Parts: sequence; structure tokens; C-alpha cells
Amino acid sequence: MRIHEYQAKRILAGHGLRVPRGEVADSPDRVGEIARKMGSPVVLKAQVHAGGRGRGGGIRSAETPERAEELGRAMIGMNLVTTQTGPGGKLVRRLLVEEAVPPARELYLGVAVDRGREAAVVLASTEGGMAVEEVAVGRPEAIFKEYFRPGPGLRSFQARSLAFRLGLTGDIHKQAVRFIDGLTEVFESQDASLVEVNPLVVTPDGNVLALDAKMTFDDNALFRHPDIRELRDPEEESPLEVEAERFNLQYIKLEGRIGCLVNGAGLAMATMDLIRHAGGTPANFLDIGGGASEEGVANAFRILVSDPGVRAALINIFGGIVRCDLVANGIVRAARELRTRVPVVIRFEGTNVEEGKRVLRESGLAFHPAAGLKEAADMAVALSRPPGGESS
Amino acid sequence: MSILIDARTRVVVLGMTGAEGTFHTRRMIEDGTRVVAGMTPGRGGTRHLGLPVFDTAAEAVRSEGADAAAIFVPPAAAADAIMEAADAGIGLVVCITEGIPTLDMIKAKAFLSGRPTRLIGPNTPGIISPGKSKIGIMPGPIHKPGPIGIISRSGTLTYEAVQQVTRQGLGQSTAVGIGGDPIVGLKFLDLLRLFKEDAETEAVVLIGEIGGAAEEEAADYLREEFGKPAVGFVAGLTAPPGRRMGHAGAVIEEGKGTARVKMEAWAAAGVRVAVSPAEIGATLKNAIGRVG
Repeated sequence: MRIHEYQAKRILAGHGLRVPRGEVADSPDRVGEIARKMGSPVVLKAQVHAGGRGRGGGIRSAETPERAEELGRAMIGMNLVTTQTGPGGKLVRRLLVEEAVPPARELYLGVAVDRGREAAVVLASTEGGMAVEEVAVGRPEAIFKEYFRPGPGLRSFQARSLAFRLGLTGDIHKQAVRFIDGLTEVFESQDASLVEVNPLVVTPDGNVLALDAKMTFDDNALFRHPDIRELRDPEEESPLEVEAERFNLQYIKLEGRIGCLVNGAGLAMATMDLIRHAGGTPANFLDIGGGASEEGVANAFRILVSDPGVRAALINIFGGIVRCDLVANGIVRAARELRTRVPVVIRFEGTNVEEGKRVLRESGLAFHPAAGLKEAADMAVALSRPPGGESS
Repeated sequence: MSILIDARTRVVVLGMTGAEGTFHTRRMIEDGTRVVAGMTPGRGGTRHLGLPVFDTAAEAVRSEGADAAAIFVPPAAAADAIMEAADAGIGLVVCITEGIPTLDMIKAKAFLSGRPTRLIGPNTPGIISPGKSKIGIMPGPIHKPGPIGIISRSGTLTYEAVQQVTRQGLGQSTAVGIGGDPIVGLKFLDLLRLFKEDAETEAVVLIGEIGGAAEEEAADYLREEFGKPAVGFVAGLTAPPGRRMGHAGAVIEEGKGTARVKMEAWAAAGVRVAVSPAEIGATLKNAIGRVG
């Protein structure tokens, strides 16, 4: 689960780490009010779940409260497009209004999971303000790493060593060590999967503070962090995805024409690949899971066909614990209620496959049964094309 | 022969008295598994499904000689169950549970290091040596004893591969799901080493997916040492970056872990990579035909 910058900064401040003074505004008036209160030049930062905001016009500076209010008017309600939002962009609902921090030395600090080493890793770099994965490619020698495991945690000498390798001395070194300790503490105590401060700045008057902050949390651990779960912003997610989650369905919306409904994540991904291989485009990833009920299947089908881009549906079930007849009943029920005109290709295999096929036959609905994977994909692709028109 | 489990394997089920544990223990027994005990803290001394239930894994080992464990414990307690089974000296631990926090698994793996216990999963359908033993939740009847080893990060996609293998008139020596989480036990490389030593296994089918580097890590071994035909498929060619595709571990992070890179690594190592999931069985038939 991802959270906003302003939320991440509050967590840092709660751990005694320094962040710029700032407040969140959801109207231009409020932007002006905050800027006046600050009594100094401010920076306005769009609060959306996407990086690359600066280049997309999502971070602007204002010398005066009037200018801040004017910029606020332009930015709140804008559709921010960055390299990470996709072409559709993201609607800006809130701005973080912060005191402007004078240009200073910019460093990078991050804590993440290293899957290969099966450990957590602290990454520190002298190249702050840049994407760390770009630094890793261009100047790997500018990135320093220390590994640790939750429980023992990061040792003091590891934090000191990182700060020395960043070239820091004296009081600034001490402040940086506190930052490294604080970030690992947040990471471990809140079950984060990423805690990143980029840039961490050293001001000319000798203060170390987090100019930006990004945090994501392990979805599997949210059960023990109700306070973190509260920070979720469903408006940052696709409405169909939020809807799907209510029914314990794993749904990810894509841009293609063929809606998929599958049991199992691997098979769901493979079904998308199969569609592409057959010359079509998948409209979504949808895993109904191992414990799906008839009602869950009906909801999955409803969500799938409510995507206006869907021209055909491909239902691919390999019955294990989930039985084909249960899926068939769910589909028939939803198709009757919705009276959808989307053609539906169904491929059943595994547990209760014959019963499932019988339910489909006896429904009297015009499903397209497919004998195998390849046939299913070919049929769905053909049905997804506009009649008589060019393929797209 | 087979790898890791056979007809003599004695299984204790951790979390056997729960709904999931009960359902799947029954099916494991039907599929021929020698389940010898259950373990649920607080239920020691009772019986369930006609089997003795113990409070601790150690008692199940002492009293019933369990040498493998199946874990059907809820996510919050599952990492602890892995460590308890290892501490009891159980040689093979199969953790079915999905949804274990990543940091819990990092701790559990650290606990396992230096101990002889092998872990399969978590978030896996389990392991089956058809006709001998099954520790997991896969449908038994689609399997058939035979010469093909299967290693997969997926669940139902594995069943798909198994069925295609069976329909080619071949069967499986052992099929293993390594699990869909970011931190898991045995991976492709570990299992390939075991399949190489297994006389019954003539060829392997490898099913990978996006995320991590377990597929690439096996490439050198496949090219230089494995010596048996290998067929592969990697799911997620069409997966968007940055999104977790159902499995916690199936995510392209910072451009790393793409299906294409994994497919290329395997192809360069001599693995015949199926371009469509519908062609896994046919690709296998082809690979074996050319060799044998």
C-alpha cells in the first residue's frame, strides 16, 4: 500500500526526524492562508501517488502568498501527467504547502527489501535528487549499502559507516546517523516495503532534513498496523479495483479489449499473455482466488464487463479447489441479471468440468465454449474485433 | 524414485484442526499421503480425522516419527510455525499459507540458515510425487507417475502444465510449487540439483513468472551442469510494471524481473522456452523427442 508524501513526512516527524514546515491544502484559499502563515517563500507539491512530479508541473515555487494562491488555483484540479502516471494522468486534489528550503547538498537514503539476499537493505547515495535506479546504472560506485534483518536490526556501526561514506563529518554526520536509524526503525516497526528520502538535504546552516519522502507498506502486514491502513487513499486507485477488493478479488485494470476472469494468479497472467500471443489485447488481470464463492464469481463477472473498453470476455478456469460448476453458476447468474451483450468465451478444465459445461448449456445463454487454451484465445480475439472492421 | 517425498514420508499437519487444514488433510490422505499426526496448540491429546493431535511439533516428531510438515496456519502465525517445525528437526517443511508478512519470512529464513530443514513455499500449492505422496492442495487426479520433474512459482498454471504433460502420455516424477511470495524456501536452482540426481527424472518443466531473479539464478547451472532436457514458460509478458499481479512476489520493480529477461536467460541456457502457455506440453514432447 502506498501513501502520500505529506503522510510519510508526518511519520518521519513522529520519529523525531526533521522535515520542512508545511501543511496540506485542498483549496486555493487554503494555500494562500498557509503561505501567509509561513511568512516565507513556499513550495507547492501535488499529492498524488506517482513520482516524476517536478517535470510534469506538479511542484512549483511561490515567492509571495498571492502567487501561491494563484498557482494553487492552477494546480488543484489539474490532471498531472508524469512518466509514472501513464498517459491518463492523475487528478490533483491536494497540495502540500511547505517552506522553501534554500538550495543545498542533496543526498539519498532508502530502506528496502533485497529479495536475493533475503534481508533488508539501507541504500545511501551522494547523488540525491535523482532516481536511485538511474544512479545504480550510471554511477554504481556512488551508492553505498548495508544489509540488516528485522530483530537484530541495523547496527550502529553500519549507520555510522554509511554516513562516513557519504562524506559527512561532525554534527551533520550525527544528524545523518539519526536519520538512518529513524528510517530503519520506521521500516521495521511498520512493516514497510520501501522507505525513501530523496533528497535528504544538508542546509548551509548545518541542518539535515527530508525534502521528499516516499513509503509503501507490505499489504500482507496491514492486519497489524490499523493506523497505517487508515492512511490509504482509495481515490488514487481505479474505482473498479477498489470495488473488486471489496469482494476479495485481485483485479488490475489494463487498456485492452478482452476481459479475463481466471482462477489463480499465474494462470491469470498466462491468460493475458495467451491473448497477446493470439493477436489481441487483455483488458484486465482478474484472479478470483482459491476460495471463490458463486457470488464472488458473479461480482467478478459484473466488474469485468462494466469496463467500457471490454469487447469480449475470456473465462479460463482450471478447477482445483474451485469447481467449474460453481463458476458456471456464478457466470450464468450474473449474465442473466446484467443482460450483457459482451460475447463470453469459456474454457473449463479440472474439477467438475462436465457439470460446469452442463450448467452453461442448460442456461440457454449464448456462451462460446472452447475446448482448449489456444482455441479459447483465438475465439476471444476474433470476437473482440469490430464486425467487418479493421483489427485494432 | 522422486525428489524430497515418497511413499515412506511421514507427515504432520500444522493447523490440521482448522477448516482449511481439515479439508486438505482429508484429500491428502485420499491421494495416498501417509499423514501421521496433526498439531494445533491447545488441542494436544485429542484426535482429529482419526489421527492424534499434539500441542507442539516436537511431540509429533517424538511420538509419531514425523519427518515432513504441512503448514495450514493463518498468515500471522505461519512464520512461527515454520520455525517450530525446523526446531523440531523436521527435514521438509511445506508452507501452504498465503499472505505472510515479508519481514516475518526474512526472520524465518534467517532461523533456517545453518539448520538442515528444507522449506517449500510459502504461498505454494505444495509438492506431489504421484502415486507416492502429496503434501499440498493440488488436485491429485490430474497427475500420473512418470519421468518429468516440474518446478513452478504458480498454482493453477502448474496444474495446466501437469495436465499438458499427462496428455502427452508422460507423467511426473515430482511436481513442486516453489511459491508466489518474494521470500521463499527452495528455488529453481536448489530443485534442479535434486532432479539432476534423481534417476527417474528424465526432463524438467520450469514455470516462472515476473519478479525477483530466481529464474536467472538457475541459468548458469542449467547451461553447464544440469544435463537433462528442460522446457520453460514465464508468465507475465503483458504485466504492467510496478503492479503486484496477484502473487506478492510477482511484480516488476524498477524495471527488473521482467518476463522477457527471464525467458532470454533460460533460452540462452539451452532451455526450450514455450512462447504460449498452451504449448508447454508440445514443447516438452519436442524436446524429449530430439534428445532421445
